[in-house]
Amino acid sequence: MSEVVLEARDITRKFMISSGFMRAKRPLHAVNGVNLKLHRGEVLALVGESGCGKTTLAKMLLGLLPPSSGSLELDGQPLASLSHLDVARIVQPIFQDPYSSLNPRKTIGNIISLPLVAQGDKDPASWRQRAEEIMELVGLPRRVYNNFPSQLSGGQRQRVAIARALINRPRVVICDEPTSALDVSVQSQILNLLQDLRQELGLTYLMISHNLAVVEHMATRIAVMYLGRVVEEGDAETVYNSPRHPYTKALLGSVLTPDPNLGVPDTHLGAAYPNPLDMPSGCTFHPRCAQAMPSCTSEVPLPVPTGSGHVECNLYEEEQDKMRMTS
Amino acid sequence: MTDATKSPSVPQGGSILSSGLDDVLEPSPGSLMRKRVFGHTGLVIGGGVLLIIFLMAVLAPVISPGDPYDQDLSRKLIPPIWHDSDKVTWDHPLGTDLLGRDYMTRLFYGARISLLIGFAAMLISGVIGTTLGVLAGYFGGKVDMVVNFIITTRLSMPVVLVALAVVSLVGSSLTVVIWVLGLLIWDRFAVVMRSATQQVRGLDFVAAAQSLGCSTRRIILSEIMPNIANHLIVIATIEMAHAILLEAALSFLGLGVQPPDPSWGLMIAEAKGMIFFDAWTITIPGIALFALVLSINLLGDGMRDVTAPENRN
Repeated sequence: MSEVVLEARDITRKFMISSGFMRAKRPLHAVNGVNLKLHRGEVLALVGESGCGKTTLAKMLLGLLPPSSGSLELDGQPLASLSHLDVARIVQPIFQDPYSSLNPRKTIGNIISLPLVAQGDKDPASWRQRAEEIMELVGLPRRVYNNFPSQLSGGQRQRVAIARALINRPRVVICDEPTSALDVSVQSQILNLLQDLRQELGLTYLMISHNLAVVEHMATRIAVMYLGRVVEEGDAETVYNSPRHPYTKALLGSVLTPDPNLGVPDTHLGAAYPNPLDMPSGCTFHPRCAQAMPSCTSEVPLPVPTGSGHVECNLYEEEQDKMRMTS
Repeated sequence: MTDATKSPSVPQGGSILSSGLDDVLEPSPGSLMRKRVFGHTGLVIGGGVLLIIFLMAVLAPVISPGDPYDQDLSRKLIPPIWHDSDKVTWDHPLGTDLLGRDYMTRLFYGARISLLIGFAAMLISGVIGTTLGVLAGYFGGKVDMVVNFIITTRLSMPVVLVALAVVSLVGSSLTVVIWVLGLLIWDRFAVVMRSATQQVRGLDFVAAAQSLGCSTRRIILSEIMPNIANHLIVIATIEMAHAILLEAALSFLGLGVQPPDPSWGLMIAEAKGMIFFDAWTITIPGIALFALVLSINLLGDGMRDVTAPENRN
């Protein structure tokens, strides 16, 4: 496998939540011991429902939020030892909402060349040329250079955000739901653009998404998050075609079919999302799990290696134990 | 292709979309701005009146009919020219006051003091309040708590009372009045700037700038400030008007600008004994004050409308 450009080892992020006057603050584990490896050129999709810690994880990977524990490495160097500018040269984000990710008071040209300004690029004369090059690459007409974001359509704005992220040629791009704020007709254009840019510039994507169709279209690997942990990870095909964790199965089962007669699929997940301040004992997924066993309430599942990744579920741990006993 | 090579205005390597048409399709930002400014009635009226008052103040020595300190008791209390009286004279178009000083001249010179105090006090309070508010809004947490405490402390002090106390202790002069007002009326700047910064700070473009490695100073100055500038303009004009009114109030109470300096507040104070006999002595500076404050507020309101990004099209 190709080189690792970004590696997270057992990273955790706690937030202290005050629970009232004169009461001790309680920790909320937004990300709870996540291990991730991003290999050069791959597209890792991070899926999971709202509140499972995807965005907190992305912020830590961007160096905007220091992890409470664990270590992060970019290009083999620990993230804590790199300056903000160094991190910015390697990792760049693309945000969900292009209506809030562009400063409404700046022209498109200024927005796109901000990374050059921030890096203290010594040659201001070349800024315009470099900005126009990247605009052409992402399919923006040159005439919008002096326009303001409000004069652009949603798809064009997202192209501006992509141009800004790519002008310094980062190696990793973290896309936080890059298409969910766009019109359906524009979504595929942006996704195809991202695919083309990946091939052209040799980029690596970490893609955060709710949209499993997007994930299927783009991802080479999938990591499923639940309550701050990656519960299943593996090759996109494997995870998509033969999911092992009951939560992954439920997520994939929740995809709507075009046939209205089939109705809304039943995922057995129920409506309640557990309170992250008061996590369930044992396997955190057991209250919603269709295949829960009595031992799940007390036993914390350990990662079980699968062909292409790992899964954290007591079902497979027993399997493994059995295999170990028979062999 | 032949056309393109002939025409010198076509930029090199441009596609059809970007070749040559730029100048035709796009009005310059300057002309768009001019159109918006002159299309806004309130802004035009406010700006116009303010400009007139500003010119009155600047050109006072040139356009005044007399000297603001020149007394002539034989010509006291001449009514303005529209009055039906045999004392009316074109030497004193707005009449004279109790000491026979030309009222129009004093009005012109008074505009200088009002504008100076309003502008300087607004500047001082703006710097203090904006700094505190932006820092509190951007950093939050403990900084916010400290700033909030300072704001609350300031809000618990009655402005006029504190100003009166300080002025009567230190002694009254133009500089003292400016500093006292400037140091007292920054609270609205701080409160509004704080909440505006909090709002803008949560938007993705600030996170984008952070992940680009921009310094905090650059983020505050070039990402946040332009987006809260319209709030700043509105508060600045309100506070300028507020400072002018406070100065007039202090002068009225005898603790602002000291006679014989002409100030509109002082003119009203000196005329209050004649309100039932020569009402114009109070009406004229009163209308001037009203027009100034109204025009500043109209200007601020208009500038907010014109510079709002929603208006860009």
